[in-house]
Amino acid sequence: MNVSRVGAVIRKELAEFRRNRLIVTTAALVPVLFMVSPTASILSIKAQALGTTLDKRVEASLFLPLLIPVLVPAIMSAYSVVGEREQGTLEPVLTTPVSRAELLIGKAAAIFVPAAALAYLVFGVFVAITQFAAIPAVAAAVRHAPQLPAVLVFIPLLAAWAIWVGLAVSTRVTDTRVAQQLSTLGSLPPVALAALMSFQVISPTFGLVAALAGGLAVIDCTACLVVARLFDRERLITGARPSGGLPAPASARGPSVIVSASARLARRAAPGRPRGFRRSP
Amino acid sequence: MSGDPAVEVSHLTKVFGGRTAVSDVSFSVARGEVFGFLGPNGAGKTTTVRILGTLISPTAGSATVAGIPAGPDGAPEIRQRISVMPESPGLYQRLTVTENLDYFARLYGLPRRRARITEALAAVGLADRAQDLTGRLSKGLRQRVALARSLLNDPAVMFLDEPTSGLDPVATHEVHGLIAGLRDRGVTVFLTTHRLEEAERLCDRVAIMSTSLRTIGRPDDLRQQLFSASLDVTVAVALPEPGRVFGGLPAVQGWKAAGPAAAGPAAAGPAAAGPAGYVLTVSDVRQAAPAVTRALVAAGADVLSIAQSRHTLEDVYLELVGDAENTGNTEGGPR
Repeated sequence: MNVSRVGAVIRKELAEFRRNRLIVTTAALVPVLFMVSPTASILSIKAQALGTTLDKRVEASLFLPLLIPVLVPAIMSAYSVVGEREQGTLEPVLTTPVSRAELLIGKAAAIFVPAAALAYLVFGVFVAITQFAAIPAVAAAVRHAPQLPAVLVFIPLLAAWAIWVGLAVSTRVTDTRVAQQLSTLGSLPPVALAALMSFQVISPTFGLVAALAGGLAVIDCTACLVVARLFDRERLITGARPSGGLPAPASARGPSVIVSASARLARRAAPGRPRGFRRSP
Repeated sequence: MSGDPAVEVSHLTKVFGGRTAVSDVSFSVARGEVFGFLGPNGAGKTTTVRILGTLISPTAGSATVAGIPAGPDGAPEIRQRISVMPESPGLYQRLTVTENLDYFARLYGLPRRRARITEALAAVGLADRAQDLTGRLSKGLRQRVALARSLLNDPAVMFLDEPTSGLDPVATHEVHGLIAGLRDRGVTVFLTTHRLEEAERLCDRVAIMSTSLRTIGRPDDLRQQLFSASLDVTVAVALPEPGRVFGGLPAVQGWKAAGPAAAGPAAAGPAAAGPAGYVLTVSDVRQAAPAVTRALVAAGADVLSIAQSRHTLEDVYLELVGDAENTGNTEGGPR
């Protein structure tokens, strides 16, 4: 693993993101929009509505932040490989010494760092607003909610999951739109699990959360190897699977082509058959 | 051109599904040689280059590039020592020219990146466009940026796929000069092109592909092998009996009328009154030309010109590839 090559990929990816205002705007706007509803929900709780209503609203509000590290990275990573293929930049890159793992880790890191940072930032702003603007009982409920540390742990794990799913899809499909749809779908299962815990369908005990987080962390760390195996240069360049069985050996097919061609040339140049004079009277 | 070959290909075959893209191809390219790789669309040229560039694996056969056997073990080292310029420039359009080159310089792990980028851009005449976004460049300029990118790692073997595609004549001339300069520096250039005059002008040897290798050799040798020597004769008025004039002359093996005279004086009508041309197959031009001149003068013909026929590489190409296509010998496959 050559770290400087990974760094080169990260640097290039980030430069491309920066130059694409639509990507930057969308990536920033989606998390903000996702936090508007829970923030408004928390701030609108009246003192007389405490109890069960408070608990339900806090649960719902702390679930939505988990979607932020999933949706944006899933779409961006889905574009990552198939997009390069569509714009013709993948082939020149694959003729350089960069390895599959270096390329994939670089692409993953370039999406992971801003996505996780943005998710933490937006979530931090949400928590800060609830602490300063909500009534004290609501602020305390948010601060002491068992889901709060789980959200902090799961943000990077879910982001990594979504990125690897997106990259895996992106290495196997030939259309960006299909890649983005499949990637979004593929990134949802762990979110569903987190939702079950947020809404206390599954009791989020410390042990369960730790086990799930540990499992997801292991999957995230080994996903690079799996995706690297899916990353087939030949398939990406030609769109075709590598051929199956070998054809018959050359000896079974007669003389080599060079010999055949030479013999043909010799025949053509032979006296009595000048090639430029086939229509001679 | 000396020592071990820069590229050696032995019985290379590539099958995609049920389609054969490259069939039992063998050739070698000497170090420092400019090697032209010609053929119609779907002939297997790009597939061969992709195999040599370690992008895809052959179904059968073997190849050595820059002295390293192509295969999973040798691929990283080969990639370090070659550069491939695909037909499409493949540039990041939101990045500047310098940023594009810097990315590749980093992937190659090059020292003195800034200096190398400057040198590469100067070599293709783009020093003053270094900070332009590539998306705003014309197609020709993008092609030049791609060429600069392929120069960055000072490769032992350069694979250029249609390097002058989309370039205007001036830019084409500059690229030709650049390729000639690379040869002078000892760089092996593997040039895939449809432009036969380009191959004729630049290449030491050419190979003509049509799934299998149709022929390989120096353009002059191929012409000599494929076409007999001939003389182009033009006279002021069509000869009434050309067979009597040309028949029996020393070193003349055959003749045919060219232009309006080919249809015969009667069929040509009014055109028969104008200049008429004849093409004579000869075994020895030096012996035949004076004899033909004397015979024409003796027959009372007004000779306008007598010249040795010049067959181009295009003639060779059409002769070989045209036959292959007529016999349905060209098989398709992924480009």
